[in-house]
Amino acid sequence: MTNDKNLPLPSMKFIYQTWWKVLAVLIILYTLVAGFLLDVPKLPIMHETIRNVYFHVPMWMAMFTVFTISVIYSVAYLNTGNEKYDLIAVECVNTGTFFYVLGLITGMMWAKYTWGAYWSNDPKQNSAAIAFLLYCAYAVLRNSIDEEQKRAKISAIYNIFAFPIMVVLIMVLPRMTDSLHPGNGGNPAFGKLDMDNHMRIVLYPAFIAWCLLAVWIASLRYRIRLIEYKRNEIN
Amino acid sequence: MKKILLLALLLAGCMVAFAQQSGGVEMADTMRSEGKIYVVIATITIIFVGLAIYLFAIDRRLKKIEKEK
Repeated sequence: MTNDKNLPLPSMKFIYQTWWKVLAVLIILYTLVAGFLLDVPKLPIMHETIRNVYFHVPMWMAMFTVFTISVIYSVAYLNTGNEKYDLIAVECVNTGTFFYVLGLITGMMWAKYTWGAYWSNDPKQNSAAIAFLLYCAYAVLRNSIDEEQKRAKISAIYNIFAFPIMVVLIMVLPRMTDSLHPGNGGNPAFGKLDMDNHMRIVLYPAFIAWCLLAVWIASLRYRIRLIEYKRNEIN
Repeated sequence: MKKILLLALLLAGCMVAFAQQSGGVEMADTMRSEGKIYVVIATITIIFVGLAIYLFAIDRRLKKIEKEK
C-alpha cells in the first residue's frame, strides 16, 4: 500500500475533468451526422449498411479500451493491495461487458442482412460468444466470493488471464481460418476492399470518441462504487 | 474552457473540409433529400444529446455527493 506512487498510472484527476467528456460528445455527434451524410463506397450486398462500420466497430474499440484499463488496474491492485484499483478494474469490466453486448447485437443485426442469418456459426461470432462467456464467468466468480480481499485478488488474477484469451479469441483465431467477417481469413481489418479514405475520416474519430465515452461511463460507475465502498467501511 | 473552445474550432475545421469534398460520387442522393434522411439524423442526434445531458447530470450529482464527504 506504500508504493502506489511508484506505479506509472495516470492521475485520478482526469476522471473528474470535463473537457474530454465534451470532446467525446461532440465527436460522436459529428460521426452521427457525417456517418449518415458522407459518401460511402458502393458495394454489392452491403449497400448503405456499410455505414454500420461507424457504429458497430467503435463498440468493440470501446470495449477493448475499458478492458485494457481494467487489466492495468488489476495488475496495480496485485502490486499494491489498494482496494480502489480493484474497484476501477471491476467497473471497467462491467462497462466493457455492456459494450460487448452492444457489439454482439449490432453485429448480429448486420449479419442478418449481409450474411443471411443473425447467427451463422462464423468463427468470428463463435469466438466472440466464447469470449463473452469468459467475462460473464468473471462476474460469477467475483460475486461468489464473500471475503473482500480474496475476492479482489482472485478476480484480478482471473481478469489478467481472461484478457489475453479474449484478444486471441476475437482477434487472432478468426484470422487463421476463413470467416465472413472482414479482416479475417488473412485480410487485414479495414482493408482496401471494403473501406476508402472517406470512411476513415469518420471511423477514426468515432473510435476515439466511443472509447472516451466508455471510459466516462466506467469512471461514473467507479465513483458511485467508491462512495458505496466508503460508506460500508465506516459502518 | 479554452480547451473546449479550441476543440470546437478544430471540429469546425473538419466540417469545412467535408463541405469541400462532397459532390462527385452519387449514392442514395434521393434518399438524402426526398427520403427524409435528415429526419433520422435529427432523431438520433436528439437521442444522443439527451443521453449526453443525462450523463453530465449524473456527473454533476456525483460531484455534489463527493463534496459532501
